[in-house]
Amino acid sequence: MFISMNWIGDYVDFSGLDKLELINKFSLSTAEVENEIFFKGSDISGIVCAKILSVEDHPESKKLHLLKVDIGEDEPCDVVCGAPNVRVGMKTAFAKLGAQIGEITIAPRKLAGYTSNGMCCSEKELGISDSNDGIMDLCDCIPVGCDLKTVFDIDDIVFEVDNKSLTNRPDLWGHYGIAREFAAIAGRELKPLSLADLSVYDNLEKVDLKIEDPLCYRYSSIKFENIKRHVSPINMRIRLYYCGMRALNFLADITNYIMLEMGQPMHAFDARKVEQIRVKKFIEPFTFTTLDGVERNIDENTLMICNGDTPVAIAGIMGGLDSEIVEDTSTLTLESATFDAASIRKSTVRLSHRTDASQRYEKSLDPEMTTVAVARFVKLLTDNDPEAKVVSALTDEYAFKYEQRTLSFNKAFVNKYTGIDISNETIVNTLKALGFTVELSGDDFTVSVPSWRATKDVTIKADIIEEITRIYGYDNFDVNTAKAPIYPVRAAVEKTDENKIKDMLVKRFSLHEVHSYVWAYHDEYKALGIEIEPNVEIVCATNPNIKTIRKSIVPTQLCQVKYNTSYASDFGIFEIGKVVCGCKENGLCDEHKKLCITLYSKSADMEKTYFKLRDILAVITDELKHRTLTFERAEAAHSYQHPKNLNKILCDGVLLGEMGIVNAQVSKKIDKKANIVYAEIDVEAFASVKNASIKYEAPSKFPEIEIDLSFVSNTYAPIAKAIENAGCALIKKVSVVDTYADENGKSITIRLLFSHPERTLTKDEVLEVVNGIAGTLEAEGITIKGGIAL
Amino acid sequence: MSQKTIEVRESFISALANVNTMDELEKLRVEYIGKKGLVTDLMKEMKNIPNEEKKSFGQAVNTLKVEVEACITEKREELKRKEIELENAAMPEFDVSTPADLSRGSYHPITLVQRQCEEVFKSMGFAVEDYSEIVTDYECFEALNIPKDHPARDMQDTYYLSNGQLLKTHTSAAQNAIYKKYKDALINEGKPIKAIFPGRCFRNEATDACHENTFFQMEGVMVDKDISISNLIFFMKTMLSEVFRKDIKVRLRPGFFPFVEPGFELDISCLICGGEGCPSCKHSGWLELCPCGMIHPEVLKAGGIDPDEYTGFAFGLGLTRLAMMKYGVRDIRDLNSGSLKVLDQFSDDN
Repeated sequence: MFISMNWIGDYVDFSGLDKLELINKFSLSTAEVENEIFFKGSDISGIVCAKILSVEDHPESKKLHLLKVDIGEDEPCDVVCGAPNVRVGMKTAFAKLGAQIGEITIAPRKLAGYTSNGMCCSEKELGISDSNDGIMDLCDCIPVGCDLKTVFDIDDIVFEVDNKSLTNRPDLWGHYGIAREFAAIAGRELKPLSLADLSVYDNLEKVDLKIEDPLCYRYSSIKFENIKRHVSPINMRIRLYYCGMRALNFLADITNYIMLEMGQPMHAFDARKVEQIRVKKFIEPFTFTTLDGVERNIDENTLMICNGDTPVAIAGIMGGLDSEIVEDTSTLTLESATFDAASIRKSTVRLSHRTDASQRYEKSLDPEMTTVAVARFVKLLTDNDPEAKVVSALTDEYAFKYEQRTLSFNKAFVNKYTGIDISNETIVNTLKALGFTVELSGDDFTVSVPSWRATKDVTIKADIIEEITRIYGYDNFDVNTAKAPIYPVRAAVEKTDENKIKDMLVKRFSLHEVHSYVWAYHDEYKALGIEIEPNVEIVCATNPNIKTIRKSIVPTQLCQVKYNTSYASDFGIFEIGKVVCGCKENGLCDEHKKLCITLYSKSADMEKTYFKLRDILAVITDELKHRTLTFERAEAAHSYQHPKNLNKILCDGVLLGEMGIVNAQVSKKIDKKANIVYAEIDVEAFASVKNASIKYEAPSKFPEIEIDLSFVSNTYAPIAKAIENAGCALIKKVSVVDTYADENGKSITIRLLFSHPERTLTKDEVLEVVNGIAGTLEAEGITIKGGIAL
Repeated sequence: MSQKTIEVRESFISALANVNTMDELEKLRVEYIGKKGLVTDLMKEMKNIPNEEKKSFGQAVNTLKVEVEACITEKREELKRKEIELENAAMPEFDVSTPADLSRGSYHPITLVQRQCEEVFKSMGFAVEDYSEIVTDYECFEALNIPKDHPARDMQDTYYLSNGQLLKTHTSAAQNAIYKKYKDALINEGKPIKAIFPGRCFRNEATDACHENTFFQMEGVMVDKDISISNLIFFMKTMLSEVFRKDIKVRLRPGFFPFVEPGFELDISCLICGGEGCPSCKHSGWLELCPCGMIHPEVLKAGGIDPDEYTGFAFGLGLTRLAMMKYGVRDIRDLNSGSLKVLDQFSDDN
């Protein structure tokens, strides 16, 4: 919203004050002011009132005229002018030699052979409206030679307030409310609005008016006849223009002027079309043409203003085409009303049509203002069109009245909330300046909230704190740390696990952390042939590709791998993110935090890549939990999973997740030559595994015995189990030193390291253990190859 | 010294001069002082020497033996030295000017900025909390004093889910649960609530260089008996100065958020120009960074805390925005793109 400092100046005396400084304070105390401040008229000078003494046609141009104009100097000026509306005797705006219009300095200039010593100006050229129909046609009352800046408010400082920062302040949607803030900030008085006395019309007949729906809080109306004026006074037009509105016709302009001044939207109906005002909704939907010529669908929830049963306006949003003020309108019925804010907002959303009026109504306007605005309208109308006549009494239906709100608090409350000492006097003065009535007894305050702040904005004591502190100025606060007792804070295991996992993956395994989206992108999945599995859905996404929440991060990462195939021949990515596995019994989403890792390799074969991932997981588990992982074969259940090498990952009996390789039908679409493996671990499950902690053992001073054994076996698992079952404390280390496959099958060579903390081992005791292990395996059909030798 | 002894000595010295390898030296040693060596043989000559010469002959041979041994030892040391010199000389000079193989991984920039913020708050005794991404209408709106007809609750701004829940639109959605978690310790043991909770947030909007539907915030709250606006300004200024590692000027402006009262927009002095005015701050010298305020009494109440006894402040820091500012990322979509060309530039920065 644009604010004119001239307009504010009608209500606050700025003499001796720096306006820019005040605007800056306003931004810090009230609402955000956009950075650019407009100095209207600063690029205009030397424009005077000139009278056209003679008009001759230009001999060589159909458009141009040769004028002699009186600008109050000894000799008339010769001017060449192309405006269509020139006439003898007309007074107009004239840029003298040396005058400034924007970038241009007026100098004698030849136009089609004749010298023009100045320029007659349109409103657009002076930057005071967008009207460029012709040169200005000034009132005869303005003396020739008079600088127009002394007659019209061409010079002004205009700033823009961010509308978003006014959402909770219905009172700031007009200049008068803004002026109240400036008065409080500057410590000056707020002057009253100039209003007509409406009681003189009390004896006239009332307007036929009825509110038939509770969504209309108040409806005030009055009727006029004999309106003669069609064009608004120039100063009014300038203000409207500077504040971003086009001047239309006198009646529409006054309603807009009052909306910009008081924040109260008004509507002027042609009284010929509106005789019985009814405010109601319709059960059956219908179409309605608004004054912008657009046909709109009205449903049963949209509040309408009607003439009897004929809709004439969408309440609070826009009038209808049929009842609009037109050229020959001389009688009018004025609407000044308030409606339920939420209802107006919903209607604008349904109609996708937001107007200057509706965006004010959405903020919960003060119903007390409707009659004040009518009094202001009458004043502006009759001041500017003396022949206009009020032909009805003020008619006022007041269906819903807000409660008068009173709040009590004491000085201690203010001290506690602010942390600083603001004097009682400052508190009282600030609140009074903002329109609150204040009673102070000792340190106890009782304040009444003014009606324009009571519709939703100021309801509790904390709201009063804001009023006091924002005017006091946050820059003036003493800043202090809190006086609060201190206790140790221990981070949750899950949080520390997460941080350490990230550190290890990045620093030890050179993986890259990525972020992604919690939903499945339908188009990306489709491109890779990944099935979208049914899950909780987003019901209203603007992007049609966003619908289903993901069950796993793996497909997400496959899409990201696809995106990065040109990045390097080998890389690995990981993310700790969320997935949802349907709903729980209570209907809420079953949300889980997962660690997902995907490795992509063109230089290593599938087995190497797979084992690299396996080892990453094992190292993490060893470092963070001091435990080992076990694996269990799993059946593929998702379209992206390869049927082989899919393994459940377990630790200390807890299922952590799965690791596997990507199904060829998907991996071929990512990259025909690359090996891609993935693992997904539940972070919460991982955190639940207890850290086995470090168990220190002093190294033995006695010689160790190492023994290599080769078994014919397809897998290592039974060997590991046999060693574990032997339960021998003397075995300090087991490693696989070789695997070998030939026509007789696969053989695995392991190396066992024996040691005793207190003495030298005997061959016999080592052989006994080894024979035990070999015996166990033999029973399972796993034979030893090459015998046992020490 | 007998003629023979002199001959042996001279032949040894001339042979020694020709020795160039350890093997040759060993051969020479065996040739002269081995069991059948020339010097050893001289000893065996003793029996043929007249008795009166025996003593001087024996002394001379012994002297020769000692001398030969010493020469061999000396030669051995010399050869070893030469060998090492040769080995050292054989080592090539390497070209260290070639680029180093870093082959490191990378953190997501959000992780880096988030960790920096967490460290600052941890150092001031704040707990770091985690929260779900999918929340209820109650958590996201109702418990935060956001009325039923508030625009934030519109379908076009929020991702509502088929089960009636929604993707949280702000980290404030965790406030209620945090209050409930810590209120007993506050009320019964006098432990102030001090917590931050970083997390993903979602807005149902079209994306462009400045808008994302998925982004990170970090919420912070502190509740105790006498928490004031003055404290709020202190903590915000301290935290931001620590994060940016320089003294940051802050200013508050009124801002409206239903869950705080009073509510503020917090600006910081522009990081680029230091407040002089530049294109980054649209020549104002200030950057809008973080909404904050005193926790609304209704929000405390919903969390089971008596607003007449306790007050608190809350803030919502845009981590995504902070990361973009800190690292000069211009297109917000880069952050969730998964593009390693973007992300691999972010190594540990704490």
